[in-house]
Amino acid sequence: MSYLTINRLQKHYDNYHALRGINLSIEEGEFIVFVGPSGCGKSTLLRTIAGLETSSSGKINLDGQEISELAPAKRDLAMVFQSYALYPHMTVKENLSFALRLAKAPQTEIDEKVRIASTSLQLDTLLERKPKELSGGQRQRVAIGRAIVRQPKVFLFDEPLSNLDAALRVQMRLELARLHKQLGTTMIYVTHDQVEAMTLADRVVILNAGQIEQVGTPLELYRQPKSRFVAEFIGTPKMNLIPIDQIDNQGDRLALSVGGGKTSFPVSRLQEDINTNSTLGIRPEHLALVDSDGDLSGHVELIEHLGSEAYAHVRLSNQQRIIVKAAARSRIKDEQQVHINIDTDEIILLNDSDRVISMIAEETVYD
Amino acid sequence: MTLTQQKKLKTVLIGSLAWIIALVLFFPIFWMFLTSFKTEAQAIAFPPELFFKPTLENFAIVQERSDYLYHAMNSVVISFGATIIALIIAIPAAYSMAFFPGKRTKDILLWMLSTKMLPSVGVLVPIYLLGRDYGLLDTRTGLIIIFTLMNLPIIVWMLFSYFKDLPKEILEAARMDGATPWTEVTKVVMPLSVGGIISTGLLSIILCWNEAFWSINLTATNAAPLTAMIASYSSPEGLFWAKLSAASTLACAPIIIFGWFCQKQLVQGLTFGAVK
Repeated sequence: MSYLTINRLQKHYDNYHALRGINLSIEEGEFIVFVGPSGCGKSTLLRTIAGLETSSSGKINLDGQEISELAPAKRDLAMVFQSYALYPHMTVKENLSFALRLAKAPQTEIDEKVRIASTSLQLDTLLERKPKELSGGQRQRVAIGRAIVRQPKVFLFDEPLSNLDAALRVQMRLELARLHKQLGTTMIYVTHDQVEAMTLADRVVILNAGQIEQVGTPLELYRQPKSRFVAEFIGTPKMNLIPIDQIDNQGDRLALSVGGGKTSFPVSRLQEDINTNSTLGIRPEHLALVDSDGDLSGHVELIEHLGSEAYAHVRLSNQQRIIVKAAARSRIKDEQQVHINIDTDEIILLNDSDRVISMIAEETVYD
Repeated sequence: MTLTQQKKLKTVLIGSLAWIIALVLFFPIFWMFLTSFKTEAQAIAFPPELFFKPTLENFAIVQERSDYLYHAMNSVVISFGATIIALIIAIPAAYSMAFFPGKRTKDILLWMLSTKMLPSVGVLVPIYLLGRDYGLLDTRTGLIIIFTLMNLPIIVWMLFSYFKDLPKEILEAARMDGATPWTEVTKVVMPLSVGGIISTGLLSIILCWNEAFWSINLTATNAAPLTAMIASYSSPEGLFWAKLSAASTLACAPIIIFGWFCQKQLVQGLTFGAVK
C-alpha cells in the first residue's frame, strides 16, 4: 500500500470538468512534481489533495487513512502558496508559530520548533520583522518555514518559485532539493517550469486537460514519452515531429521516408505494428549537422547562438521546419545548405492516434 | 502656450472648480453657524447682515428649553449602539458572501441594497404600530433596532468590498494552519481589514447621527436624539431662525469634529475597494 493514494478522483465545476479520473500512488519520501500547461488541472489536483477544493467523486488516502472528507487542517498536510500568503499583520515569528498556537501547543514546544525551523532557513535574525520588511526570497523562506514547523506528512507546493527572479529561483530550487534530502518528507510540487520538474522530481506527473498523461522519472519522460503531448512538452527546444511519408520493410531493416530524406533502423526494435500516417519524433540534440551524405538536407533559416550551444532552424527539402542543435562555435550561417544525420537510437514513432509506438533500444537488438 | 503652462493652467482650473464646489457645499453650514450668533431680528433681516455683534443668547435659550447634553447622549448611545450591533451582524455576513459565494450571492447583495431605495415613509405606519405594540416607541432600544436595520445593507456592502480585496490565499493558508471560521475571522480577516471596518463604522455612526425621519417620528422626549431636538425649534408662529440655527450648530458640532479627526479613514471608506 502506498503512502498517498488517489483513486478515480473527479472534480466538476459548474460546467467544467477539471479533473477527469485521477489515479496516482505516491511513496513515502518521494518528491513528486505535477507539471502541465496552464489549465491542465495541476493546481486543482494539489488543492483537492489539500482540501481547499472538494472533490466531486473519488478517494484520497494518506498513510492508511481516508482524508477526502476531512477539513484541510485535519489532513496533516502543509502548503506553500505561490504568493507566499504570509499573514501581513504578524511578525515572522508569529507567522511561523500560527499553526502551533492554534493547535494550543505548549509554549516551550512552539519556541523550540520555531527555533529549529528559523535556524535551518536562516531566518533567525528576522523573527521580529513583518513580511513587508522582507525580500522576496526571505518571504519564500518564511512560507516554507511555516510549513516545516508543522512537521506534516506531506508538503504541498503550489508554484512556489514563480514569483522570484531568475537567479533567486535557481538558488531556492537548490535549497528545496537540499530541504527534501534533509527532511525526507514526501513533497508534492506543482510547476509549469519543466526545469524545476526535471531537476527536483523523483517522479514527474504530466497532466493534460484534467487527466494524467504519464508518470515517470524525469529521464523516462525524456527518453520514453508515451504520447505526442509528453514528447512535445518535455524538452527545450521542443522535439521535432516529422510526418513519415513512406515506410519500406527491407527485410531486417525498416526504411522511413521523412522530410524529403530517408533513415532506417532494425525492424526487430519495433514492439508493435506501425501503420501509415505515423510521425517520427527526434529531439534537436539528437540531430547532427554533417558536411555531406546526411539523412536529411535543407537550408538554415536562422541560427541562434546561446553561448554554450547553438540552435539551427532548418527548412528541410520538403519545406518542413525543424530545429537542430549545433556546436557552440558552429560556423554555420543563415541561408546555408546543410545535411543532417538522425541518431536513430533516440527516435520515437507516433502512430496516427498520437500514441508512441513502443520500441526497444538499439543496443538491445545487437546484444 | 508651452506644455508646462498648459499643465499649470489645468491644475489651476481644476483647483478653482474644486474650491467653488467646496464653498457652495460649505455655505449653508457657515450660514447656520453665523445665524446662531444673531438675534432673531437680525436672523430674518434682509439684506442679511454679515457684520453684527454676536450674541450667545440663543445657545442659552436652547440649553434652558431642552437639555442639550441629554439629547447628545441619546445620539451617542443610539449611533454607537446601532453601529456596533450592525457590525457584529455584518462582519460574518460579508465574510461568508465574500469567501463562500453561492449562486445567489450577487442577487442577495443587490436585493439588500434595493431596500435602501424604498421611501422610508412607506413603512412608517407598520413600523410605528410594531413599535407601539412592543413598547419601543420613544426608547433608545427602538431607535437602535431601526438604525441597525437601516444601515445594515450599506455596511454589509462596504465590508463585502473590503473582504473581497483580501488575498484569498492568506485565508487558505490559515485554513491549512488549522483556523476555524471563528479564528479565521478574528485572527486574520479582521486584523487585515481593520481600516475598512473602522471607516465603515464611522460612516454608519455619521448616518445614524444625522438620521431625522425615524428619530422625529418614533421619539418624543425620552429617547429623542439631537436631530429630533432641532426639529422641536421650528414652530408654526414667531421667530425661530436663530434658535433653530443654534440648536443645529450644537447638534452638528460633535459629528463634524469627530469626522474631522477621522478624515483619513472616512475618505478611504468612501472610495472603498477602488483604491488600494
